[in-house]
Amino acid sequence: MSGFTGTVRLIRLAMRRDRITLPAWILGMAAFLAATTAMFADQYSKHPQLLEPDTGIVVENPGMRVLGLVTGTSVGGYTLHRDALTLAVLAALMSVLAVVRHTRQAEELGREEMLGAGVVGRYASLAAAVIVTLAANLVLAMLLALGMVVAGQPAAGSLVAGTSIALVGVAFTGVAAVTSQLASTTRGATGLAGAVLGVAFMLAALGNMLGTVDSAALRVTSAWPAWLSPIGWGQQMRPFADNLWWPLGLAVLFMGSLFWLAVVLVGRRDVGRGMWPERRGSAHASPALLSPAGLVWRLQRGTLLGWAIGLLGFGLVFGALSGQIEGLEGEATEWYATFGGDADLLGAYWASMMQIAGMAVAIYAVSLLLRLHRDEAQGTLESVLATAVSRLRWLGAYAVNALAGAMMLILVFAVAMGITGGQVLGGTTTLLRDLVAAALVQLPAIGVLGAAVVALVMLLPRLSVGLSWALVVFSVFVGPMFGPSLGLPAWLLDLSPFTHVPNAPAVAVSTEPILGLGLAGLLLSTAGILLLRRRNLTLPA
Amino acid sequence: MTTAITVSGLVKDFGASTRALDHLELHVESGEVHGFLGPNGAGKTTTIRVLLGLLRADAGHVALLGGDPWRDAVALHRRLAYVPGEVNLWPNLTGGEVIDLLGDLRGGLDSDRREDLLERFQLDPTKKIRAYSKGNRQKVALVAAFSSDVELYLLDEPTSGLDPLMEGIFQGVVQELRAAGRSILLSSHILSEVEALCDRVTIIRAGRAAETGTFDELRHLTRTSVVVDTAKPVESVTLLPGVHDARVHDGHAEFSVDPGELNHVLEHLVDLDVRSMITSPPTLEELFMRHYGESIAVPPRDADAEVVTAR
Repeated sequence: MSGFTGTVRLIRLAMRRDRITLPAWILGMAAFLAATTAMFADQYSKHPQLLEPDTGIVVENPGMRVLGLVTGTSVGGYTLHRDALTLAVLAALMSVLAVVRHTRQAEELGREEMLGAGVVGRYASLAAAVIVTLAANLVLAMLLALGMVVAGQPAAGSLVAGTSIALVGVAFTGVAAVTSQLASTTRGATGLAGAVLGVAFMLAALGNMLGTVDSAALRVTSAWPAWLSPIGWGQQMRPFADNLWWPLGLAVLFMGSLFWLAVVLVGRRDVGRGMWPERRGSAHASPALLSPAGLVWRLQRGTLLGWAIGLLGFGLVFGALSGQIEGLEGEATEWYATFGGDADLLGAYWASMMQIAGMAVAIYAVSLLLRLHRDEAQGTLESVLATAVSRLRWLGAYAVNALAGAMMLILVFAVAMGITGGQVLGGTTTLLRDLVAAALVQLPAIGVLGAAVVALVMLLPRLSVGLSWALVVFSVFVGPMFGPSLGLPAWLLDLSPFTHVPNAPAVAVSTEPILGLGLAGLLLSTAGILLLRRRNLTLPA
Repeated sequence: MTTAITVSGLVKDFGASTRALDHLELHVESGEVHGFLGPNGAGKTTTIRVLLGLLRADAGHVALLGGDPWRDAVALHRRLAYVPGEVNLWPNLTGGEVIDLLGDLRGGLDSDRREDLLERFQLDPTKKIRAYSKGNRQKVALVAAFSSDVELYLLDEPTSGLDPLMEGIFQGVVQELRAAGRSILLSSHILSEVEALCDRVTIIRAGRAAETGTFDELRHLTRTSVVVDTAKPVESVTLLPGVHDARVHDGHAEFSVDPGELNHVLEHLVDLDVRSMITSPPTLEELFMRHYGESIAVPPRDADAEVVTAR
């Protein structure tokens, strides 16, 4: 076992490095779950008669089943339906980032070389990363359960609930262990694991949407695709109802086999390299690369392509579901009516889907604009600004790419949804025209968030990454998807740019909110430009 | 004759407590290769970043090619090329792509010169930046800078990581640029490189210019080492003004003399009946050690070493 020599020391190193990061992830998730549980518990203790019909909505509505499963009537189960997908994705991201940070990133930055020169076995880093991440998921399961118990839910169900989330983290610990061996870069390893997460979500969503509802409308039996996804396994634990433990076994088995595969791969590759060989490239730059905007395009086109494929897939699926929405009756219609702002169910459905896509695309735009900060912090900006490129032109290169990329992504989604929606319902041309218009009205809100990120990067460069993501999370949660159903006050809802997005195509677009968002974006980006012109750059030493 | 770089009274603070540059003076004439020397953390990179308009001067006057580096950054950058000390490039672009990109952003590069430099530096332009070693990444930055024909080259420790063969190639390129009348500010720790290339040097310490001038001028400011054997007892020489670090036994003495006092000491020694004598001007190392840190003592050397290093 000399391949694992030094694992214990590396575990201590990893825990020292992550002593803020991992607890912050875990506590944040637990606090979020505890708070929402308490909110729903309060709501249903005041109006207990609403719990069964509300559960019926999320069970009967295939669109709501994308978020997860509810089994039977319980406050805990209903809360988990609202939170489970968000938490599962966060648990997966926490695990992927942690594993990659201690394996591939350490190799890419040359730290692994220094460690490997010591009395450290070949597999020690991988083993330490996986063990620390698994431990984090164990703590996560406990604290999530504790959060629900504190909010007044039964202990057994809470423990299953916490485990059903952490189970996804466990599975993706294994996924990241393998992708860290395949890709030779941090970005590659993270991106590949992210793609697997996307597929896992799609499979679980598809399985639940295609599932069958029992006569009482309180239980969904998922179709087979859900069983191919770690997110699906977590949902099949059915907390607060069946409280099944055996799906956890699937995740542990899955993780164990992937870890074994990763160990085999480590034994077959050189330190610093991935399994996929580094290809040679062009000796000359293509003319398209020779501008700041061309450079940014080149650096992020792979990411954009990944997003486009994802949104294409979701668009096709959600469009195809239009037929089922049309057949929907009863309480399920109300959620769409509130979210989509119209009693016309189909219109409201499309409006809500376009808004969800708009929020997703905003995440893309924000992640691209945060590269402004990375350029500066990692020092590549120094070489660019030492040439005849002005600071404003550098910023402009990112703004153009963010805007064009966001437009392309939202249009891909709208067109995909229009094509399959038209197939199901007929009238493709009209539908496409309506959806394209609905896609374009999402852009001002995305622009406001992007401009806010630019202002943050220029004002507080070192804090900008954390603050920007906090801003995104805030805007989504007080936005139209969650805000009204959480009963938040109107002034708080108004703080999210997404609240002001017109409910197209359900409702005719009015110009005031568009102009208002445009003005806010203009003010924020002007502030960013003024700050950029004045300040010192925070380049690496 | 215009000056390429004029810096006077330059102050740069990082926060309230850190003064990186403290009334720095730096003057680079057009057409000269100017060495910029100083210990780590002395402020060399900060100075160059102010010259590039990446950092803003807190006080003082800075002129670069007759312009203000903060206000006229873009116009000035068409006329200069820069090699950073820490080469941070895009890991997923090839070396060739980076060279073309940086050259083009600067306003164009000479493609014949590019090919010639790739050949001389033996750099494969088809590899991704992440696949290059440190030395090869440095070469990418050098080829990218030297492929442009500009008036001024700012080189921040450009040869850290290069092998001796490549160091020689680098020196050849710099000599050609000097012959062509280009101005170069060369920050470096490699003394032989500075001595071989630079017309004048500025030594910076703790954000101030400690010394500036040609090597001869700097040497004249520094003590001369003397090793002498005399027939009469030589102890009395230690009492003369300007004599330092003296070690004497019997008729043998080793000491150093302040530049202004050498004649007095020689007059005194003649009376003591000199049998043999070696005087050596300060070596570059001594010159720099004196400026790099007062606290760092130069270790005393034996007579053999003295003869070997005498110039």
